[in-house]
Amino acid sequence: MTDQAYNFAYLDEQTKRMIRRAILKGLAIPGYQVPFASREMPMPYGWGTGGVQVSAAVLTPDDTLKVIDQGADDTTNAVSIRTFFERTAGVKTTTRTTDASVIQTRHRIPEEPLTDNQILVYQVPIPEPLRFLEPRESETRKMHSLEEYGLMHVKLYEDISRHGHIATSYAYPVKIEGRYVMDPSPIPKFDNPKLGDMAAIQLFGAGREQRIYALPPYTQVVSLDFEDHPFEASKADHPCGLCDATDSYLDEVIIDDTGGRMFVCSDTDYCAARQAAGFKGKDAA
Amino acid sequence: MYVAVKGGERAIESAHAWLAEERRGDTSISELGIPQIREQLKLSVDRVMAEGSLYDPDLAALAIKQSRGDLIEAIFLIRAYRTTLPRFGASSPVDTGAMSCDRRISATFKDLPGGQILGPTFDYTHRLLDFKLAAEGELPQAPTREATPGNVPHVTEFLNREGLIEEAPHDDTPPPDLTREPLEMPADRALRLQALTRADEGFTLGLAYSTQRGYGRNHAFVGELRIGAVAVEMDIPELGFAIEIGEITLTECETVNQFKGSKTEPPQFTRGYGLVFGQSERKAISMALVDRALRWEELGEDNVGAPAQDTEFVLYHADNIQATGFLEHIKLPHYVDFQSELELVRKLRREAGATETQEAAE
Amino acid sequence: MQAETLAGGFDTPAVQSAHAFRGLLEAMARPGTVRQIGGAAPPRPLSPAAGCALLTLCDTDTPVYLAGGADCDAVRAWLAFHTGAPLTGPSHCAFAIGRWEDLLPLSAYPTGTSEYPDRSATLIVDGTDFAKPGAVLRGPGISGQATMALPGIKAFQDNNALFPLGLDFIFAGGSRIAALPRSTKITAPATVTEVF
Repeated sequence: MTDQAYNFAYLDEQTKRMIRRAILKGLAIPGYQVPFASREMPMPYGWGTGGVQVSAAVLTPDDTLKVIDQGADDTTNAVSIRTFFERTAGVKTTTRTTDASVIQTRHRIPEEPLTDNQILVYQVPIPEPLRFLEPRESETRKMHSLEEYGLMHVKLYEDISRHGHIATSYAYPVKIEGRYVMDPSPIPKFDNPKLGDMAAIQLFGAGREQRIYALPPYTQVVSLDFEDHPFEASKADHPCGLCDATDSYLDEVIIDDTGGRMFVCSDTDYCAARQAAGFKGKDAA
Repeated sequence: MYVAVKGGERAIESAHAWLAEERRGDTSISELGIPQIREQLKLSVDRVMAEGSLYDPDLAALAIKQSRGDLIEAIFLIRAYRTTLPRFGASSPVDTGAMSCDRRISATFKDLPGGQILGPTFDYTHRLLDFKLAAEGELPQAPTREATPGNVPHVTEFLNREGLIEEAPHDDTPPPDLTREPLEMPADRALRLQALTRADEGFTLGLAYSTQRGYGRNHAFVGELRIGAVAVEMDIPELGFAIEIGEITLTECETVNQFKGSKTEPPQFTRGYGLVFGQSERKAISMALVDRALRWEELGEDNVGAPAQDTEFVLYHADNIQATGFLEHIKLPHYVDFQSELELVRKLRREAGATETQEAAE
Repeated sequence: MQAETLAGGFDTPAVQSAHAFRGLLEAMARPGTVRQIGGAAPPRPLSPAAGCALLTLCDTDTPVYLAGGADCDAVRAWLAFHTGAPLTGPSHCAFAIGRWEDLLPLSAYPTGTSEYPDRSATLIVDGTDFAKPGAVLRGPGISGQATMALPGIKAFQDNNALFPLGLDFIFAGGSRIAALPRSTKITAPATVTEVF
């Protein structure tokens, strides 16, 4: 049921138009951060206001929406955002990845490969991949314009000389179509290979930082690396304790105070679907 | 046996019901009414209006009640409501020279046209807890006198007449709108002032204080501080003239600051400016000091690297709604990122351990 | 005020513009694909699809350039009433609309700056015949390659060479649209000689 006091999908039409124009420019310049006049939303900055504004601008009443946080549909912030759109847009919602036409996510890409009938909307806290190397927006904007990404390579290489590995395990920077270096949002680097050549449209919204960027389908995405230290997508070296999957990203769960733990899929829908199909892990009931 | 955490929705509902109960507190104590908050916690209301960027004392009072007195939460409620309001147009600039002043003081001249009006201030109160208030004591009668009619001229105008203070030339350029356009550097003074007037009071105070202690010192005198009501007028195109649509209370602070002069310009004083909704004089003075510090470039001063001189730093961190949202978001689940860090640290430790063992063996 | 001016807008703006935008989004994200969009009935010579794109994307914040036959009283009044968009010349527009030959030369439009390449015009090319033989497209949004009817080849190759600066195009004809972002690489089809 829609809350009649508000416009469809909460935002007023002028705001949606402004966001929609930014999305189109973002798609035309893959990986480039388009400034947009982010609005104050009825949820805090840092809690998905960018993703929510992008979703509000793309949703139609015919959509089926899925919202995940950390891969799960049932985490509190995912529940809160899903309820927001049920109230303000009256859209159907689902937890099934395959049934969703729009998926809003925080920190994960679903395990199930997405299709060309789907849109994936990321919540982004800090859209600027160079921010932790250079705090000034005026400087990082110049660096992008001059394609001056040496600093990023130096940082990654310093990691290697100190630790023997690149010490970035999430929000791992990528280069888009050989031009812009982009922050893929804080997804684990395990998810990085899914970013490129994806059939679905990927949209990124950073509300507090007032930026929107996008990846059209089948865009070339390369995780930054070095010839002698190639990029490696990693995860905990276990099968899922519930569904026995060996190809999914795992959460580690502490089950007692004597060091006992188990590993389970972070993508709850993927895990549930496998269990329903009869797969059973060593910790399953 | 581990069971996947379910029931987020129920947890949220229950938490919110509990919150509502806590908000009300002990039901044997009578409930706070909006008019009580509006009238008796007026300075809280004023702060919420100022930083919420919406002049509506009743809504601000409601927000304070709903937020259990957490003013940043109340400001957030007001901001989120404000953004849904339709815009009918922009008012004409208010004329603070025509303010009917409740308070008007100058630290630079002992007496001046319009006079010094101490007004309802905490200044010179002895900060002794008043136990009579706890006992709901009687209200002492404040003496009254006739208001002096006519405009109260600005102190800086006197200085301007002698050419002793920099000109503030009239400018009809429409100012940028921080709430409708993404913030972009470099920010002109209009945009900076706009950001500062809704900036967090504590942050602004801290920055202003730092300039006094030498981090971008600019030696400010409070030329004038005034608090009072001004008329808000709006041009109605259909009528062809402006009409008064209401009255708001403002606090305005103009500082007179040092300036040495240059080869091309004789020595003269410079200005800092603060203007805030409601009675918010700490904020208005702070704003004027920070405004002045941020003007180093246009006045040809040195950037000594002080935080208050750094426009990008000040403007990107002054908004308490942005700050508190991002700060508090770190309590949201980060299982996935943390897991990836765990794996990485374990791997690095394993390898470090292997190297050590190997070295020991050699 | 003419009845034509008042009519032809969206009946249910929130929902119709949401659908129209999804069409535009899919078109811009997948160059070479053609979508149907509807809900607007603009005055001639605008096509319904072009009118729909204008209603979905334009307002008081977007200067619009009406090129050639699109610059007529009926279109001016309709656009002003339904969007409030200010009219301007090509050098300051956010959107331009007209037939391909009326929109030329492309050098007249803003292509963005190196720090803000998004500050560039989007051209709505009306009267597109989607049945014409297609140019070959490669780039973001395209798996392998795609084909699309384009009014020229070199103009779009030159535009692509400006990347990340450049113009973006929405093609409209009847109730159909397609789009070509600046990121797409274009080659002439092997069997068709370049006429432009």
